[in-house]
Amino acid sequence: MKYLAQQAINALQLGSIYALIALGYSMVYGVLTMINFAHGDVFMLGAFFCLLLIAIVPVPFWVALIVVMGATAILGTLIERFAYRPLRDAPRVSAIITALGCGLVIQNTTLGISPYARPMPHLLDNVTYQFGGLTVTTLQIIIIGVSVGLMMVLDFLIRKTSFGMAMRAVASDRATVSLLGVPANEIIAITFAIGASLGGAAGLLYGMAYPVVSAGMGITVGWKAFVAAVIGGIGNMRGAVLGAFILGAVEVMTVAVLPSTYRDLISYSLLLLILVFKPHGLLGKPTLHKA
Amino acid sequence: MSALLETCNLTRQFGGLRAIGDLSLSVNRREILGVIGPNGAGKTTFFNLLTGIYPPSSGDILFKGNSIVGLLPSQIARLGVARTFQNIRLFRRLSVLENTRIAYDSQLPYSPVDALLRTPRARVRERESIDASMELLELFELGSMANECAGDLSYGSQRRLEIVRALALKPTLLLLDEPAAGMNPYEAMQLTDFLRWVHGKFSLTIVLIEHHMQMVMDLCDRIEVLEFGVRIAGGKPDEVKANPRVVEAYLGTEGELP
Repeated sequence: MKYLAQQAINALQLGSIYALIALGYSMVYGVLTMINFAHGDVFMLGAFFCLLLIAIVPVPFWVALIVVMGATAILGTLIERFAYRPLRDAPRVSAIITALGCGLVIQNTTLGISPYARPMPHLLDNVTYQFGGLTVTTLQIIIIGVSVGLMMVLDFLIRKTSFGMAMRAVASDRATVSLLGVPANEIIAITFAIGASLGGAAGLLYGMAYPVVSAGMGITVGWKAFVAAVIGGIGNMRGAVLGAFILGAVEVMTVAVLPSTYRDLISYSLLLLILVFKPHGLLGKPTLHKA
Repeated sequence: MSALLETCNLTRQFGGLRAIGDLSLSVNRREILGVIGPNGAGKTTFFNLLTGIYPPSSGDILFKGNSIVGLLPSQIARLGVARTFQNIRLFRRLSVLENTRIAYDSQLPYSPVDALLRTPRARVRERESIDASMELLELFELGSMANECAGDLSYGSQRRLEIVRALALKPTLLLLDEPAAGMNPYEAMQLTDFLRWVHGKFSLTIVLIEHHMQMVMDLCDRIEVLEFGVRIAGGKPDEVKANPRVVEAYLGTEGELP
């Protein structure tokens, strides 16, 4: 029992990082029905931006978090502006290939600059607390707390603000929203910025939790978050979070009982299984035809 | 009376098809202008050009004396040109109030940061936007449904909400694309009264595309007739009705309009 509870904390930690990344995939899919395959690599760069920043000035964790989120937000809007926007009305396949290409460019540029995995320095004093036999670290509290906090902020932004209304309207009918005076391109750019900044935050948190940073992270971890978004129903924010926590739990439990080499096999099998029964994901709705 | 909107030799080509050809017409302030013509006459294309959905192949469009060719649809909308659609295009999963607020809020800059920090400015604006939108909804008897999903409303209410949403932009020019589509003659008559009231209440200039002839004849000050993208007649309803060229375009020769 105690063992299970301990694993649950680990699952929450992994799940919340997946959730932050998955939200970025889902937001972009929501507004453009496009899979932003470069998003995993934005996540990876989040960790590298943090390394770079600390190498220049040793700032405290909160400052690093804000700077990294700002930097990845800018990166996200640049990708949207120069790689995706020119292809907005091109065939779907062109956009997907561009996104994949964008991801590979980011990944291989990083690989060129930093061919080897690097250790992430400590940003926090990691204190270990004991609660009735359970071990919780400062790091775990921070990771889960920051993730949940950011998700709540995002939820508020989407459901309660005029930006959020406009974003949901763009998702439902981009052409009509422009005719109501809403600058759809601006809304799409802000959506990319927010998604990328969450991905960047996830990169930093992941680097702190599993303190080795490498250029391949975008694929190994980022795509897993994409799986989480699809499991939850891509385009649906709450679905992304749900899928992420399910995936985090499944992975942690798999590693607890099976050799860790089975982890990805189980995750991707879960994806296939869920899609057989729920092709739109757990919370996704079948999309209606758009005029 | 000065013209609110003017098109000068407006032409739009789709490949080999000339959807609008050399169209020059003007809409005076505060008038209701009907645009009629058989299916495929280029009426909706005309609206799409006016609202910037696609640019004209040649020619110019002047709104309040300034060219609006090359502006984004969102910029044209904010200048005061609002429209409704032949097939209803509400945001079905957003609430009635949100559908209205989107148009209202588009006059303001979007700052997620302001909204998140709950700055006093953001809060005042939000209050303003909700109050103004609710007032508009109440006026159109949609107030009690403000929090329902737009997609759940009845057909008639959805049509009304589309007009409310267009009015939330505070337009000077309202473009209505077949507002009576799918209505029976009695409903069309009610809509005629309703539009006349809206026209007066909001001091609007209206351009109306419509197939219900009775409605067009009752409501419009002037009518322009298009066929294959070209203007074939124009004038007061009685003149247009009596024009043999129009009768021919609609009914073939030897017909009569209501």
